Amino acid sequence: MTARRMLGLGYLAPYIAGLLVFTMVPFLASLYLSFTDYNLMSAPVWTGLQNYIDLFTSDRTFRRSLTVTLIYVFTTVPLKLAFALFIAYILNYRLRGINFFRTAFYVPSILGGSIAIAVLWRYIFATDGLVNMGLTAMGFEAVNWFGDPGNALFTITLLRCWQFGSAMVIFLAALQSIDKSLYEAAAIDGASKLHSFIFITIPLLTPVIFFNLIMQMVQAFQEFNGPYIITGGGPLKSTYLLPLYIYDEAFKRFDMGYASAIAWVLFVIIMVLTLVAFWSSKKWVFYAGDKRS
Amino acid sequence: MTQMTDTTLDLARQHANARIRKARINAAIRYVVLGIVGLVMLYPLIWLVGASFKTNSEIFANPGFLPQNPTADGYIEGWKTSTPYTFGTFFLNSFKIIVPKVIGTVISCTFVAYGFARFDFPFKKILFGSVIAILLLPNVVTRIPQYILFRDLGWLDSFLPLWVPSALAGDAFFVFMLVQFLRAIPGDMEEAARVDGANSWQTLVFIVVPMLAPALISVALFQFMWTMNDFLGPLIYISSVDKYPVSLALKLSIDTTEAFAWNRILAMSVLTITPALAVFFAAQKYFIEGISAGGIKG
Repeated sequence: MTARRMLGLGYLAPYIAGLLVFTMVPFLASLYLSFTDYNLMSAPVWTGLQNYIDLFTSDRTFRRSLTVTLIYVFTTVPLKLAFALFIAYILNYRLRGINFFRTAFYVPSILGGSIAIAVLWRYIFATDGLVNMGLTAMGFEAVNWFGDPGNALFTITLLRCWQFGSAMVIFLAALQSIDKSLYEAAAIDGASKLHSFIFITIPLLTPVIFFNLIMQMVQAFQEFNGPYIITGGGPLKSTYLLPLYIYDEAFKRFDMGYASAIAWVLFVIIMVLTLVAFWSSKKWVFYAGDKRS
Repeated sequence: MTQMTDTTLDLARQHANARIRKARINAAIRYVVLGIVGLVMLYPLIWLVGASFKTNSEIFANPGFLPQNPTADGYIEGWKTSTPYTFGTFFLNSFKIIVPKVIGTVISCTFVAYGFARFDFPFKKILFGSVIAILLLPNVVTRIPQYILFRDLGWLDSFLPLWVPSALAGDAFFVFMLVQFLRAIPGDMEEAARVDGANSWQTLVFIVVPMLAPALISVALFQFMWTMNDFLGPLIYISSVDKYPVSLALKLSIDTTEAFAWNRILAMSVLTITPALAVFFAAQKYFIEGISAGGIKG
């Protein structure tokens, strides 16, 4: 019996090694580095809270970058999830060709993170690019997408919303698993479509909404490729998300200590929001079969 | 009597017709919305393919798909790049990164998932908790010490930093997905094999792996796609141009040729997304099942 127990650990050996070497040690090391001044050339010098004090008192780039990141995450995630749910809802119907649409909507999720698509985004939102050609053809005025700080961030947001396919597939699978008799019962009781949606569909979807919310949030906070390629963080640092700032500090200026401090601020924000989501989920996530309601 | 039955029947028929009509309108509205959304979403990609065959002056003048004077210039010139290497080298590099990484991922994640799903051992709860924690842990927080570690190991400017963490089941998402998949499979067959004298290793290879095959294909496909698209990893670790994968090479093309040769960049963009697209269309069922089974990022 004990042999079998050890065997289980044996199968986990690669994972445990990786966990220690590539996750746990680096995790603690970056916490340590965030309290130091370290430029890779000489040994890290302990500076206590200095990096954090600098970040929050004198670093205007950081303040700007943090604000932009929060705006980006809090617009992108709800927009993307709402859109994914909307399309999944429309697809959840006995339609001929549903598989075709499901596939078509999933394609951007396959490619969205690639450099090629970021390149494409640069072209279609350029001053005389595809989007403006379409706008002027429809009688609207061309928009200066990358020249205006507000618009530039919006193009990055759109790039992520465009990749709604994976969230949609998860929503669709959940929608298809809802027992149809619930709707029939509600209809007999005189409930409208909207009522059924609000009081049956949404509550039964809360577990996947919760799952999608957390995953999308964690990823949105780490967006790098889009702004790096499309706008380079500009104009006026309006798309300079924290991962870009961390990259520049760490791998361009080799200020590893300061970069680690920014990374830890970002990590703490993500962790706090994740914990808030988990904690609040007890109040709004409904698990079928759960008796206390 | 018959009179009455007729009217009732008529009413019922009318009712049914109205319901069918309503269902048809409902379906029509859904098709219209799906069609418009699909077109808006996919047109940029379609345009990209058309534009890659346009001349430079036409790219910013013609919103249509079809080029007026089709030319393969973008492909021919773009392929050559402004470096001593062609895109052939960069594609080869991408595959040199991808193939070992995918193989390492599939093998290591199978072991680990098998261990989690079929064995009891000390600290199992904590260890499985760590899988979830890694799933949620932002990479950004471990990236800098990892870089320092790889530098100290002398692995910078090689593919090792991209291969090794994955070969040690570092992509927690895949472990999680396989564990979920395995837990849904009853262990009867494995029990029978054990009674017949098979050891755990034989059970894994001859019983579990064949049953896991569809999930393993999903793992391989996702890892292929994500590695193909990965930019930040190579950006940090690869510095010599002769080792660049296509994602870095494309960024290099933008930096060096942007001002005058748009169609080269668009043409190479088309080429770099082709492998992922081809794999997706060839095996889309595994993608969709993979996402629905494990829930996924992207």
